[in-house]
Amino acid sequence: MTAASRTGRAVGLALGACGLAGCGPLNVLARDGVTGSSETSLGWFLVIVSCAVVAIVTMLVLAAWARSRGRRARDDAVFAGSPGLPWITWGGIIIPAIVLVAAFLFTLGTLDAVAAPERAPAAIVQVIGHQWWWEVRYEGAGPSQAVVTANEIHVPVGEPVRLELTTNDVIHSFWVPELAGKRDLIPGQTNTTWIEARHAGVFGGTCGEYCGAQHAHMQLRVIAEPPGTFQQWLIDQRAPAAQANDPSTADGQRVFMTSGCANCHTIRGTGAGGAVGPDLTHVASRTTIAAGTLPNTKGNLMGWIVAAQTIKPGSDMPSIPVPSRELQSLAAYLETLR
Amino acid sequence: MTTTAYDRTIPLGVHEGRAPGWWAMVWTIATEAALFAFLLFSFFYLGSQSRSPWPPSGPLSLRLALPDTFILVLSSLAYAWGERGIRAGHRARLQAGLAIAFILGLAFIIIQRIEWSQQPFGPGDQAFGSLFYTITGFHGAHVIVGLLMNILVQIWAARGTFTRESHLAVTNAGMYWHFVDIVWLFVFASLYISPRLG
Amino acid sequence: MATLAPLATAPVERLHETWDARPGLYGILGTVDHKTIGKRYLVTALVFLMLGGLEALIMRVQLAHSDTHLLSPDAYNQLFSMHGITMIFWYASPILSGFSNYIWPLMLGSRDMAYPRVNALSYWTFLASGIFIYTALAIGQAPNDGWFGYAPMSLRAYNPGLNMDFYALGLIFLTVSTTVGAINFIGTVMKMRAPGMSLNRLPIFVYGTMTVSFSILFSLPALTAGSVFLFFERRFGMHFFDASQGGSPLLWQHLFWILGHPWVYVIVLPAMGMVSEMIPTFSRRPLVGYPYVALSTIATGLIGFGVWVHHMFATGLPAVSMSFFSGASFLITIPSAIAVFAWIATMWLGRPVWRTPMLFCAGFVVLFVIGGVSGVVTAAVPFDWQVTDTYFVVAHLHYVLIGINVFPVIGAFYYWIPKMTGRMMNETLGKWNFWTMFIGFNLGFFPMHIAGLLGMPRRVYTYPASSGWDTVNLITTIGAFLFAIGVLLFVINVLVSLRRGAFAGSNPWEAGTLEWAMESPPPPYNFAVLPIIRSRLPLWEDQLGDETPGMIPGEGHSHITEGVVLAEGRETFGTSPLEAEPLHVLHMPEDSLFPFLLAVAMLATAYGLVFSQWWLAIVGGLGMLACLVGWLWPRHLVTGERA
Repeated sequence: MTAASRTGRAVGLALGACGLAGCGPLNVLARDGVTGSSETSLGWFLVIVSCAVVAIVTMLVLAAWARSRGRRARDDAVFAGSPGLPWITWGGIIIPAIVLVAAFLFTLGTLDAVAAPERAPAAIVQVIGHQWWWEVRYEGAGPSQAVVTANEIHVPVGEPVRLELTTNDVIHSFWVPELAGKRDLIPGQTNTTWIEARHAGVFGGTCGEYCGAQHAHMQLRVIAEPPGTFQQWLIDQRAPAAQANDPSTADGQRVFMTSGCANCHTIRGTGAGGAVGPDLTHVASRTTIAAGTLPNTKGNLMGWIVAAQTIKPGSDMPSIPVPSRELQSLAAYLETLR
Repeated sequence: MTTTAYDRTIPLGVHEGRAPGWWAMVWTIATEAALFAFLLFSFFYLGSQSRSPWPPSGPLSLRLALPDTFILVLSSLAYAWGERGIRAGHRARLQAGLAIAFILGLAFIIIQRIEWSQQPFGPGDQAFGSLFYTITGFHGAHVIVGLLMNILVQIWAARGTFTRESHLAVTNAGMYWHFVDIVWLFVFASLYISPRLG
Repeated sequence: MATLAPLATAPVERLHETWDARPGLYGILGTVDHKTIGKRYLVTALVFLMLGGLEALIMRVQLAHSDTHLLSPDAYNQLFSMHGITMIFWYASPILSGFSNYIWPLMLGSRDMAYPRVNALSYWTFLASGIFIYTALAIGQAPNDGWFGYAPMSLRAYNPGLNMDFYALGLIFLTVSTTVGAINFIGTVMKMRAPGMSLNRLPIFVYGTMTVSFSILFSLPALTAGSVFLFFERRFGMHFFDASQGGSPLLWQHLFWILGHPWVYVIVLPAMGMVSEMIPTFSRRPLVGYPYVALSTIATGLIGFGVWVHHMFATGLPAVSMSFFSGASFLITIPSAIAVFAWIATMWLGRPVWRTPMLFCAGFVVLFVIGGVSGVVTAAVPFDWQVTDTYFVVAHLHYVLIGINVFPVIGAFYYWIPKMTGRMMNETLGKWNFWTMFIGFNLGFFPMHIAGLLGMPRRVYTYPASSGWDTVNLITTIGAFLFAIGVLLFVINVLVSLRRGAFAGSNPWEAGTLEWAMESPPPPYNFAVLPIIRSRLPLWEDQLGDETPGMIPGEGHSHITEGVVLAEGRETFGTSPLEAEPLHVLHMPEDSLFPFLLAVAMLATAYGLVFSQWWLAIVGGLGMLACLVGWLWPRHLVTGERA
């Protein structure tokens, strides 16, 4: 963590309202990514100038009030007064113009700085918005080389990564505050942005554009890891799903194939090829389920399968009344899909 | 105490300057013009974003649209001729002008209806079809409103409501009619001509 | 010759006979008195403020703590959409129309607005469209796509209920009210001023409403076009926003924000104008920099048309486009800064008297600056990418809408209610009212900035405990309720003052503008004799003499206590647009039921369309036609010389 980043977090914490709240996982004024960092510098400049402007005006109003306190209440005859035009030329025109031009130039500079990375991207990731989850694809040499996952984007540390943003339904907005500002996912067009994490870690993100009933539950994570680890992750993800060898997982796989799961979900290497919900080939390697709604544990998986409509009402995932014993083996099977 | 404030008489009713009602029509037309501007903005915006040919079935035929345009222009001229009549106090000329303008306006609408039925696309066929029928439909609705105004003015003219000095309703309905005509020229240039230029 | 008669000799009885509304139901439904219409506007808009406020309080209970499930996501989404739509379209603009309606003719020295029946139509359609949009909430199918209703979520594929049909038709319906209202204000300012009230003598409040009326004429049709497209796409299988059929979701965003951003100025400029009336009165001196404030009002209205894309910075636009709209958004700050320093200088160089309206004005100046700078920072595109659609923007827009609209509005009630009812509001309760609202507001909305910087997106119906947003949200909820108590104190103060308030007399604040010339409440004809104006502050001429702003040496002083008698029927002056030279005596229309009936017919048509009852839509349409013909049928014309 750089000094600047530490300052950002510390002041963000202080601002996080003078000790009112902890530093949230989506703090705008903390920074790590290259673009997020430039945007944050601009943000700090603007916040400080704004506070100064507000302080000056508030003091002027209070002073006007204080000046009038000493006067006798009856002294309220109307008078013409001085024209007072310097107030307008200086306070209303010259000083604001200087500040605004400075802010505009800073804005243009930042726009230029974040427009494109200095190097060619190390990876290209397609992010496809769905109500209410994120499909994430890494195109390989051929279709069999593609990696398809959901709600988690793995990136190599210190390398720019290009993101191609499209949507399957309504408008969403990709936003991982510490790495980059928002970029919308809009039907009929492909927007691009890029991120570059300077340090390994997990960076929280969320959908930034209201997208319907479960807009509140559409989180994602960017996981930045050393290039070697990232490459290994890609290789692991390309592999088909783990074989269901022992009887319990084989039973779980049977439940998966017969309870309707396979109509919507794909598990590569099995007959399950549904395209509605997230690809589950390596579901157990992910940290959350239902786009950040729940931590990925066996108990939560079972809860999600039987009560999805209670946990995330309106989502495409139905609540499936799987009997308890079969639910156990289904979850056990999914747990093996690393 | 009596003071003289203005050294001239101030008449009852409008003889000098414009009546409030005249301004009401001016600003109504202004906001309606803005509405058509945004409709045409939408047309050009979607055209510029389109990845398929615009219009999808090739440029629109001018076979009916062009003569129809001339008919509407003539109708405006007829109205103006009638209005000049009442300004000179000729009620009959006003009535004749109104009648000719009405017949030409009605002809415009009928021909446009025929043209609609001959288009190779419907209102649900791509954004172009939707825009075409919405924009020409909006314009057609304005023509019909203009025709209704024409009928009212014709009735009032027959009843002798208007004089050389006082005929604001004739002026207002006329401004509206000319506006509808001018808007058509923009609609025609945008929908029929502009795709041929690209 | 236009001769002046003393006020005492005015034929008051005859004036009452001509100008009083008819007794009974006909008078209630048919009145065209701008003061009655203005008061109805104010009361109705306040009711919508209360409804929108209740919706907000329910949401704040839901958000007070993480993972609360008081409301279903669907209920929450309808509530926040209705809250925004109500406040922005059915409260913020109509409340200002109410003030303008009531005050303008009094301030301008006229006996009515230019088009009294259009004025009545404007009110009735406002009310009817409000009833229409709240029908949706009553049947549980309220708009649910936010106040800006983005496509494609507004389309049938993602939104099969009637929710967004109500939205599209409701907005088109309200457009009728707003548009005819704007035409009426423009016509009034052009034709209905007292003789001598030239452009450099117009109150800033008049400049405010006039500017936004022009903005409305040229921006509102964008929303009308968009709403028509939306309704056609939803109901008739057309395509405008569906990308798979050649449409574009961004078309909606452009159309919406071409209206949406000027609309922000529509709901603040007249409020700023009201402040420009109140601050000089309580500072006991004329406004500093009057021409600059007047011109900055117009400049804001103009530049307001060039900044709409700053709502779309995250949609992937070309950099050059973003730079342009960023620059324009910075630029629009200058006129606001001019106004702010004009107010501060007026206070500083005056002798402020801190009555309740002045407290609201001073509080407004501070909130205006906070809301202003938090808006300016979003003009910086890269920072906007971070904070857009977070609670930072929610905080910003509430500082703008509450700070620049609600605070001046409540202050203006304290200021002008004595004129409207003849009774003063309680000063002690007023101070309690101000401080409760001011502290409650800042407690409630300032922490939203922080919630936004901590990454809380707007329009989430709940949030997880792990987000760390619990504390700020709890504080916001407490502040929101405190603020609501402040608004309640205001309502109590109004009701108490109606019965027990001290009598106000004609000019309780010793203000300088013309609306304080006649008794309170004003008689139906406003002015028994029509005044002639020779300065900007006619009622201060006695004290300021030749130093009164707007006075021309040698032209003499204004005539208030003597004026022109016009009493042969409903008559008032029509004047020239620039210099306000009297050109003619206008014969104003009588009471009429047609505006009311027309609004009822429109309501029937709207219900017919939304519920697909085509017979009802057709009956309503024919009814509208019949009303218009009846309305326009020529009255018997009178000619001659009168003054």
